[in-house]
Amino acid sequence: IRLFRNTQTCFSRTSCTDLFGYVGIEAVLDQMRRKTMKVGLEFNIMVVGQSGLGKSTLVNTLFKSKVSRKSCTPNCEEKISKTVKLHSVSHVIEEKGMKMKLTVIDTPGFGDQINNENCWEPIVKHINEQYEKYLREELHINRKRRIPDSRVHCCIYFLPATGHRLRPIDVEFMKRVGKIVSIVPVIAKADTLTIEERQEFKERIRQDLAANGIRVYPQKEYDDDPEERILNDRIRESIPFAVVGTDKEHQVNGNKVLGRKTKWGIIEVENVAHCEFANLRDLLIRSHLQDLKDVTHNIHYETYRVRRLNESNMNFSELGLSARPLENGTADTSESESHL
Amino acid sequence: MDAIMLQEKLVERLLCPRVRTARQKEKQYVGFATLPNQVHRKSVKKGFDFTLMVAGESGMGKSTLVNSLFLTDLYKDRKLLNAEERINQTVEIIKHTVDIEEKGVKLKLTIVDTPGFGDAVNNNECWKPITDYIDQQFEQYFRDESGLNRKNIQDNRVHCCLYFIPPFGHGLRPVDVEFMKALHEKVNIIPLIAKADCLTPNEIKKLKDRIREEIDKFGIKVYQFPECDSDEDEEFKQLDKELKECTPFAVIGSNTVVEARGQRVRGRLYPWGIVEVENQSHCDFVKLRNMLIRSHMHDLKDVTCDVHYENYRAQCIQEMTSKLAQDNRMESPIPILPLSTPDAETEKLIKMKDEELKRMQEMLNKMQQQMHDKD
Repeated sequence: IRLFRNTQTCFSRTSCTDLFGYVGIEAVLDQMRRKTMKVGLEFNIMVVGQSGLGKSTLVNTLFKSKVSRKSCTPNCEEKISKTVKLHSVSHVIEEKGMKMKLTVIDTPGFGDQINNENCWEPIVKHINEQYEKYLREELHINRKRRIPDSRVHCCIYFLPATGHRLRPIDVEFMKRVGKIVSIVPVIAKADTLTIEERQEFKERIRQDLAANGIRVYPQKEYDDDPEERILNDRIRESIPFAVVGTDKEHQVNGNKVLGRKTKWGIIEVENVAHCEFANLRDLLIRSHLQDLKDVTHNIHYETYRVRRLNESNMNFSELGLSARPLENGTADTSESESHL
Repeated sequence: MDAIMLQEKLVERLLCPRVRTARQKEKQYVGFATLPNQVHRKSVKKGFDFTLMVAGESGMGKSTLVNSLFLTDLYKDRKLLNAEERINQTVEIIKHTVDIEEKGVKLKLTIVDTPGFGDAVNNNECWKPITDYIDQQFEQYFRDESGLNRKNIQDNRVHCCLYFIPPFGHGLRPVDVEFMKALHEKVNIIPLIAKADCLTPNEIKKLKDRIREEIDKFGIKVYQFPECDSDEDEEFKQLDKELKECTPFAVIGSNTVVEARGQRVRGRLYPWGIVEVENQSHCDFVKLRNMLIRSHMHDLKDVTCDVHYENYRAQCIQEMTSKLAQDNRMESPIPILPLSTPDAETEKLIKMKDEELKRMQEMLNKMQQQMHDKD
């Protein structure tokens, strides 16, 4: 078992030869597509933020169905819980033959108390527990063909639209959790900010993030090629997205749109001139869903794995498993460090 | 101004020779009905003062609202702290004083700001600097009032505290409850729903109901509007009723002027519409302003003087006399008042001190007599 694994297959430098006829290599894409549709995909998303920031509504709006904790707990009273509890809800949603098992992990109680010290600890613990579960499955002798993936692929962190800067609790949370999972910060209930205020607020947040060394998704270091870098740079220039969520529809110009109706106008959630919900949805679902999963698997999970295996000094009996000892004796720590 | 002219007219009539036909009427008329006008005139000359405290987390729009209420720009050179600086920030108390004059009436307005409240990760007792400040102002007034020269007492007591509740939650948060409970017996608290432009009318109604429920549940004594007299006219009573049902006020503030419906108004320009701060169907800003400045400013001051300050004073004196029982010391400017429920030991001590006072008084008299005899 090698500690250091390649994140992508590297082709050695061979020259590309031209084909003089159609071979059919590209048909592999079709095969992959069909297989993916048969197998379906799993996606685990965590929402973190103070009570009342619209987390459940946003998740429902993102996936256009009632998938949040609030919709699934009958007679749920909106009381502030005394400790941070994690609450997972899973649904299988289907679109055009493609099945997705979506798990939404909610964190009620985060940041709601007077003293919020260490309120991030249950969250960090949960994320690490999922990695541990996966690791144990992986290290089994008789592994399942498809290891059930409960690792958190994405964590949406809700910032209240104060218009000022990041608060100490935001910095503390994102510093700690940004190291182990992909964080996507969003400005919640952004219909209280005008366009200029929104731009200034975002600029200040980006400054604060850089000043504190917080890396949010998409992280600069993991851009594979220049094309991706350009695309991701555009995204990085506009995070955090200012979002507004709703499940109510109204009539605007003869069309039914998702929106919030106030005395001074209707805020259209999917209108990019009004808020950036559509951008967030495109990022999370339409363009970077697979990338989120890959980053979680190839980078965050690997980091955890290396750390864990180093901790136990390659002593498999400590992990409660019996396996063949390494052929090359002790671990090659230099290689693993270069990976970190 | 009409009142002053009326008063002057009356004085003129009293001084110049009476006309016969009006003699009968004037015999009945004494003239002290002009007293309110005299008081009014004196107050206008003296000017008013008002101290307003604003409390709430950063980013709730406190500064913007204060600027909108008093049409001033008190926070021109403010610098926002970044997250690093905020980690070590404690709650500060900052005072801004501004003199405003309108139609000859002067108002010395003091705004007490509380930056840092509720911003840290651990906000235990973050209201303590605020309660300490309020107590300090009471103590200073108490000393001044009990002092020898009472001509120019400066009243720095906080007359009203606007507390900004975030619109994001589902009601009162633990920190809101604790803050209001710590302060409701020291200052008039007026809770407000901040940044109300992120709520639809239904959401505002639900939130207001929820907050009112929770205020009752936790026994928080917010400022109550005084009841209307039964002889007020119906319109006034109706307005008063509407005002009471509207609390807590959902407010929006703005520092900018926008063009709406052909007029220039204070408002916020969004891609989906324009929020007008002074439009009653948009928010309760007008109600708050009317209540705070136009109708209830004097009542707020009265309640502060008559209720909160008196409570503080009574408490202070009780503490002093119980301390006296332990220390056996006398503090001269403060007379020892008979307490409602004194214990036997305190009463004995009071009697002892009274006798001592009498003896000293007699000695003084004797010495005065001696000096008089010498002359």
